[in-house]
Amino acid sequence: MNADVNLWLIPVLPLAGAAINGFLGKKSSRQAVTTVALSFSGAAFAMALWVAARFSSLSVPYQEFFAHWIRSGGFHADFAFYLDPLSLVMLLVVTGVGFLIHIYSVGYMWDDPSYSRFFAYLNLFMFFMLTLVLAGNYLVMFIGWEGVGLASYLLIGFWFTKDSAASAGKKAFIVNRVGDFGFLIALFLLIKHFGSLNFEQVFGAVTGLPAETAGAGLLTTIGILLLVGACGKSAQIPLYIWLPDAMEGPTPVSALIHAATMVTAGVYMVSRSHVIFERAPIALTVGAIIGTLTAFFAATIGIVQTDIKKVLAYSTVSQLGYMFMACGVGAFSAGIFHLMTHAFFKGLLFLAAGSVIHAVGGEQDMRKMGGLKAFIPWTFITMGIATLTIAGIPPLAGFWSKDEILWKAYQVSWVYWLIGLITAFITSFYMFRLLYLTFFGDYRGAQVDAHGHGSHDRDAHGHGEPHESPMVMLVPLMILAALSLVGGLVGIGNRFEHFLAPVFGTPEAVEAASHGTEMLLMGVSVAVALLGWWFAHLLYCSRPELPQKIADSLGGFYQTVVHKYYVDEIYAAVFVKPLIEGSTRILWQDVDRKIIDAAVNDAGDGARHVSDEARHMQSGNIRSYAGWIAAGSAAVIAFMIGMWMEGR
Amino acid sequence: MVPLSYYLLLGGFLFACGVGGFLIKRNIITIFMSIELMLNGVNLSFVAFAAHWHALAGQIFVFFVMVVAAAESAVGLAIIIAVYRTRETLNVDQVNLLKL
Repeated sequence: MNADVNLWLIPVLPLAGAAINGFLGKKSSRQAVTTVALSFSGAAFAMALWVAARFSSLSVPYQEFFAHWIRSGGFHADFAFYLDPLSLVMLLVVTGVGFLIHIYSVGYMWDDPSYSRFFAYLNLFMFFMLTLVLAGNYLVMFIGWEGVGLASYLLIGFWFTKDSAASAGKKAFIVNRVGDFGFLIALFLLIKHFGSLNFEQVFGAVTGLPAETAGAGLLTTIGILLLVGACGKSAQIPLYIWLPDAMEGPTPVSALIHAATMVTAGVYMVSRSHVIFERAPIALTVGAIIGTLTAFFAATIGIVQTDIKKVLAYSTVSQLGYMFMACGVGAFSAGIFHLMTHAFFKGLLFLAAGSVIHAVGGEQDMRKMGGLKAFIPWTFITMGIATLTIAGIPPLAGFWSKDEILWKAYQVSWVYWLIGLITAFITSFYMFRLLYLTFFGDYRGAQVDAHGHGSHDRDAHGHGEPHESPMVMLVPLMILAALSLVGGLVGIGNRFEHFLAPVFGTPEAVEAASHGTEMLLMGVSVAVALLGWWFAHLLYCSRPELPQKIADSLGGFYQTVVHKYYVDEIYAAVFVKPLIEGSTRILWQDVDRKIIDAAVNDAGDGARHVSDEARHMQSGNIRSYAGWIAAGSAAVIAFMIGMWMEGR
Repeated sequence: MVPLSYYLLLGGFLFACGVGGFLIKRNIITIFMSIELMLNGVNLSFVAFAAHWHALAGQIFVFFVMVVAAAESAVGLAIIIAVYRTRETLNVDQVNLLKL
């Protein structure tokens, strides 16, 4: 054992930052808050880099015991950390992207009155996310899992005085709860059947079991329950509805939590449990189907959104669908690869969108933007890079990872591949649509008045014209843009896959003949991406009157998509309304008022009636007491005489 | 030889008289005397049993009771005097507050 890595410090550092800013931040200056927040999250990043540098000298998987937690009979769950190539990748992504977004937030949130609260929450999120990825057993992972949910709730509802933000936070939390329930049941099953939650012990036990190819068994059940948990956290059908609403939070939060890190926790968890999933093919198939459908449906909704952040939100759901598809076809390393590149380019997209929103004084509606490339060139360039990346134009990062997934999906079934390909086309289309609507054409927004007119009072210093963001916001954009450019290169020649091989097993050697097919598919997906680009250019640049016509000709279908397939309304009618009705009518008016309240009230009334009668005995008159005593004695004596008579 | 039951009946009678007086009378001094009557009824049964069983313990108990009764009457009379000085009555029904 090499016990000098001190892995526990990585999560605890941001926790310390959160505590300091949370308790003392209100009274300190913005500079002090900034210093604390950045130094602690930066220290975590530095530490992660240091661990990465030493990684080759560690015996993998490296495990670290930190403290006892639960020891009950034969069951152990300790605060223990676990480092292998998979958690190392996650560690670097979370700390790296997280740190960049911390820097960006300094610029973005500077004018917010709750500056210190924001950074306390952000650091708290980092703590829980790092706990999640470094956990050595499912229970510690669950702490992180719930904790990021909490941080997400706090940050979505950061502007809690706004009603929509407060309810979006609640929605996210409650929908996640549904998923967490599945996760928790899966954990109970693991405890029951394997007597442990420790990764090594569980996976060791599972490895010995045969694959459940014939029918659904224990592992399939556990796998599907884990998938339910992952669907909640990673916003997959049917639990994706919280993520678009989560855009009520500040934009750096959307970038960090709802694009780059937290929502990928489900993918990470599924990949971490790959030993279970590999032996539960049914669960895997379910995952692949969910992922594929989510990727497609979310992408179609993304086409018609007009809010710049909502487009990105649906895009995130769609990209997470890709990752699920990858996991579902057993290509876990491809899923993690896409997770990493997605963290770069989607984080960048959100930050750039934040920069756009900042520039136009809080406006989020793309119809009121346009022509911004002249005003905010740096944002335009970085966002353009991100768009090219997500669209899958080689040699940018998104191309490598998405293509890897599509190729792996094709090997399993061409259906996944085809839907994935259509989704890639739609993705390319809506992303370039966003780009054209925002940056090209003429500026359609009203001149920002002196105090800004943002619906989100985040940007009170209005200017006459859209203005470029400060350097503190642009530098993270540029770094992420650079990562989006080159981040995919680690995947060339399956190097990324080989790096993760100790976790997922060595990839099967692909026969030489299929290389031709791979190249062909690659060509097709690039062509599709370019087609999407061309289409968006046609509709939103050269002939801007066309979209309206197409929308009109589609009629009812268009309306359905605009209303997001009425999923929110259906959920409201099927789940929310019966729940409210049932709670109101039965639980509140019948059970609570007529049974519980009545029982309590009757008990009180009864006691009062009885004592009303009984208090007459306590007259305060000594002679009446004496009379009672005498009467009592007489009764006892009479009783004893009676006994004596009987005894004779 | 007088049988034991005679003594016991007499003791019981004395005790019953004491109880009756205690309950019926209002004058605090009469009540006080009723208590003495009850004590003496008990004393009588003590000595009767002691004589019957040839055991000294009963007689010694009686001495104790007498000593305690003497002390009690000293304290009790003092209280009665104090009550009379403040309330100018010896009727217990009018002395129904624990404070003077």
